[in-house]
Amino acid sequence: MSNAYLAKSVQGPNDRQYPPSASSTRALAREERKEHTAMLLLLAPALVMVVVLLILPLGWLAVQSVHTEEGFSLANYARIFQERIYWDTFSLTFKISLMVTVLSILMGFPIAFAASRLQGFWANLILLCVILPFWTSVLVRSYAWLVLLQRRGLVNQTLLDLGLIDQPLNLMHNTTGTVIGTLHVMLPFMVLPLYSVMRKIPQDLLQASNSLGATPFYTFRRVFLPMAAPGVMAGSILVFVICLGFFITPELLGGGRTILVSMLVQRNVELYHAWGAASAVGLVLLLVVFLIFWGINRFIPIERILGAR
Amino acid sequence: MKTLARLRQLRLSHLLFVVIVAALLLYLILPVLIVVPMSFSEARFLQFPPKQWSLRWYEAFFHSSEWMSAARVSLITALVTTLVSLPIGMAAAYAINSSNLRIIRSLQIILLLPMMVPIILIAAGVFFVYARVGLIASLTGLVLAHIMLALPYVIIALLAGLRNFDMSQEMVARSLGMNRFRAFMAVTLPQIKPSLVSATLFAFITSLDETVVALFISGGDNQTLTKRMFTALRDEIDPTIAAISSLLILASLVLVVIGGRSKAQ
Repeated sequence: MSNAYLAKSVQGPNDRQYPPSASSTRALAREERKEHTAMLLLLAPALVMVVVLLILPLGWLAVQSVHTEEGFSLANYARIFQERIYWDTFSLTFKISLMVTVLSILMGFPIAFAASRLQGFWANLILLCVILPFWTSVLVRSYAWLVLLQRRGLVNQTLLDLGLIDQPLNLMHNTTGTVIGTLHVMLPFMVLPLYSVMRKIPQDLLQASNSLGATPFYTFRRVFLPMAAPGVMAGSILVFVICLGFFITPELLGGGRTILVSMLVQRNVELYHAWGAASAVGLVLLLVVFLIFWGINRFIPIERILGAR
Repeated sequence: MKTLARLRQLRLSHLLFVVIVAALLLYLILPVLIVVPMSFSEARFLQFPPKQWSLRWYEAFFHSSEWMSAARVSLITALVTTLVSLPIGMAAAYAINSSNLRIIRSLQIILLLPMMVPIILIAAGVFFVYARVGLIASLTGLVLAHIMLALPYVIIALLAGLRNFDMSQEMVARSLGMNRFRAFMAVTLPQIKPSLVSATLFAFITSLDETVVALFISGGDNQTLTKRMFTALRDEIDPTIAAISSLLILASLVLVVIGGRSKAQ
């Protein structure tokens, strides 16, 4: 795998097997060092991009969050716990994220299950229904939901025609709209990791369980579910974490009435130029996200969770 | 008799399951499908189904210099982002795959950070830095930020390909006298083509779709399509959006097909 390996394998025509001389050991070490340097150099451009455009700015924000005219102060952080609006925003964000995660498990599971147990046309059709929205711009989908959920939109119209409601429901510019739109964006993030895990569960195993007398439900609970658990876990983490910082759909469908943490950051920057407050809020959010990733890393490598995307 | 009853029960639960899955799929696909007929509507207001058909919103899009300039900025940004992030990401993925150095393992997590840090915080940070170095509302700044955002997707896609590739093939080419770069180009690269295709798609779509960072840092003549769409959606809903959305859905359909093809190969 390395140049050092090459140096060792290339031998002269009259070579006999000698123990490696001091000079060849040194040559080997030199080759190995060269190899390491080369690999680090290959990594450097990408690393520089991320350090300069992400880590440095984050450090800068961290400085802003504790820096005031009077010097060092934790006032920006204290405000999150003292002022009602900040605290409410954080708890609402958590509530909505949790709700969306649970709903996406409940809704994603049957979809992934059906796709993994079917083959050919039907499986492809299901996957298309998941992947096409996944690849479609979040803005486009938010627009579609604005059309569907408005007062005289298709959803209200259908419900009125069916006689299920007398008055059009308020489905957007509130928390309901936020959840419906966000869930639509998140569902593929749940279905895809679930599907990739479920596809690997052999049908024989389920048949064996059935032939040994287990009821379908028992088989599902004791055989299928435990094997699908890693997928549920990966999907849930992904959905929950993306939800915590999600901005576009909640902003458009919440109509400024359902304020999430991301909007608190955006408004503090764009409307009030309050960099200290924005930074503190953003960094607390970042801390929560990192803690979740750090906690889950022991069970599933982060790279696998992110790679599921 | 008892078996028959149980069989019927099973059928019924099957039927119920099929109905549930169909409803869930409808929830997923309906918003994507509904936009297309809307874009051909004659009406100024959002209505479904449209009463009269016309192409006026497509005309409005293609004849508006503002929308056209936004589309141009988005396409150029996405193209340059893809062209730059691919080689940079490839170099990084190659290093991660072939080195057993411990420091590279830990540096790898840094490269995944753009995917983990909430995008709103990235946007605020980039905005803060750009404001000080004068890169706000510039194409360069936009492209640089998008390259950083696309890198983890590119690296993950390429790593998946490299990990399934037997590197000793490249070693053979090198032992036969090719230098490392030529061996990589001639032997390794053609064999990881599917993951190269998906890396390209990811880079392109990441840049084209990116809204939040563009919202903060793009402006003036260099506004992206996403920024214009977002502002238009927030202020008043202009049916031109339906036409643009339909074009974007068409684009994503093409990408899904390309992605599916390369995976099948």
